[in-house]
Parts: sequence; structure tokens; C-alpha cells
Amino acid sequence: MIIEVVTAILLVSGGIFAFIASVGMLRLPDIIIRMHAATKAGALGSGLIFLSLACYYLDLSTTLRALAAVFFLLLTAPVAAHLIGRAAYCSRVNLWHKTWIDEFANVCDWCETQGQGASECEIEEE
Amino acid sequence: MNGMESNLLEGAAEVSLVLLTLAILLAFIRLVIGPDPADRIIALDLISVLIVAFLGAFAIYSGEKSFLDVGIAYALIAFLGTVALARFRERLAGKAGSGETDGARETEKEHKE
Repeated sequence: MIIEVVTAILLVSGGIFAFIASVGMLRLPDIIIRMHAATKAGALGSGLIFLSLACYYLDLSTTLRALAAVFFLLLTAPVAAHLIGRAAYCSRVNLWHKTWIDEFANVCDWCETQGQGASECEIEEE
Repeated sequence: MNGMESNLLEGAAEVSLVLLTLAILLAFIRLVIGPDPADRIIALDLISVLIVAFLGAFAIYSGEKSFLDVGIAYALIAFLGTVALARFRERLAGKAGSGETDGARETEKEHKE
């Protein structure tokens, strides 16, 4: 009985987090801010649903596979977010108009000196 | 519907499946209207994560454990697809020339000439 209640709470909260992630994906103003909603809350919603799956089938193999799926989701979400964020920044998407800090804007061309080492990237002060 | 005994779990699984379906629809709107290709890439990434969550919820709803394995395999393939699309977008940005800076991003580029 307790296991059923815990499973139901985890399942519904995972669904709610996934829905909030999708609403944030639709409503937030900027790609970088949208990535915050998409990756973090998406992984949280999926993780809660897999945890409820691990609570529902309490045998060893299914629970271990569900926990492995949670671990894999938590491992791959930051990698994908980093790659998409770097691609978006390097392709010069429009940032939000209230963005007040952009640390690579005036330093040097950060994206084109990725493969060449930092020594060719001199800060010009005029 | 073999392994579903209680009414509580069935209701919770149905609520969760409906919420996940609505979330996939909302992410699909962003996939259609996204102004930049990177927006579409993160919309596809979110849709694949939501499909993995849907498979997990459906494994509870239908009482069939095999959907968990389907979800793990789909998560692997979706991660590879997202990485490939992000690398493609980055290469497209490098190839598209260093000319245009549009709108808010005024970067000062030094040309090596």
C-alpha cells in the first residue's frame, strides 16, 4: 500500500515536471534560457518516472535497469546541453534584450580559436 | 492491463500519460516555430526525453516490463542524435562565414589578413 502511494506520487510529479519543462520550452524568451527548462526539468521528469518504475516493480533486475536509466539520463543531459549551447553561441543567435553579461563578446573571437589553442587569441585593448 | 491492481495507480498513470502527451504537443509547437535551427534541436532533444518518460509511464500502465528496455535503447539513440545535430549546427555556423552579426550580438571580430 505504501509502495503504491509512493509510486503514484512519483509518477504524477514526474508528469507535472515534464509538463512544466515543456511550457517553459514554449514560453521562455531565449535559446539559452530555454535550454535551462528543457534539459534540467526534462531530465528531472524522466528521472522521477523511472524512479516510480523502480518502486513499482520491486525485483532486482528491473529496479537496477531503471536506476541505470536514471544514471544514464543524468549523465547525458549536461553533455548534450553543453554541445547545443556552444553551437548556439558560436552561431550567434540573438540573445534576450535583457541579457546584461556576455563574457565572450568583447574578449576575442572565442569560437574560432577553439582548435588552435589560446595563444593566438590576444586581447586587443585600444 | 494485467498487473494493475489498484485504482490509485491506474489513475496516477493515466494523469501522467495525459500530462506527457500535452508536453510533447507543446514541445512540438516549439519545434515548428523555432526561429533558429538550434531551437529546433533542443525541441527535438526535449521531445526524445519526453518519449523516454512516456515509455517509462507506459511500462507501469500496461504492466509490461519490456518497455523499460525500449526506453533505455531510445535514450541512447536520442543522445547520439542530439550530439550529431549539435555538431552539425556548429559546423554550419563555422561555414556560414564570419560576416553577419544580427541584432543584439555585436561582436568585434578581428580578421586575420
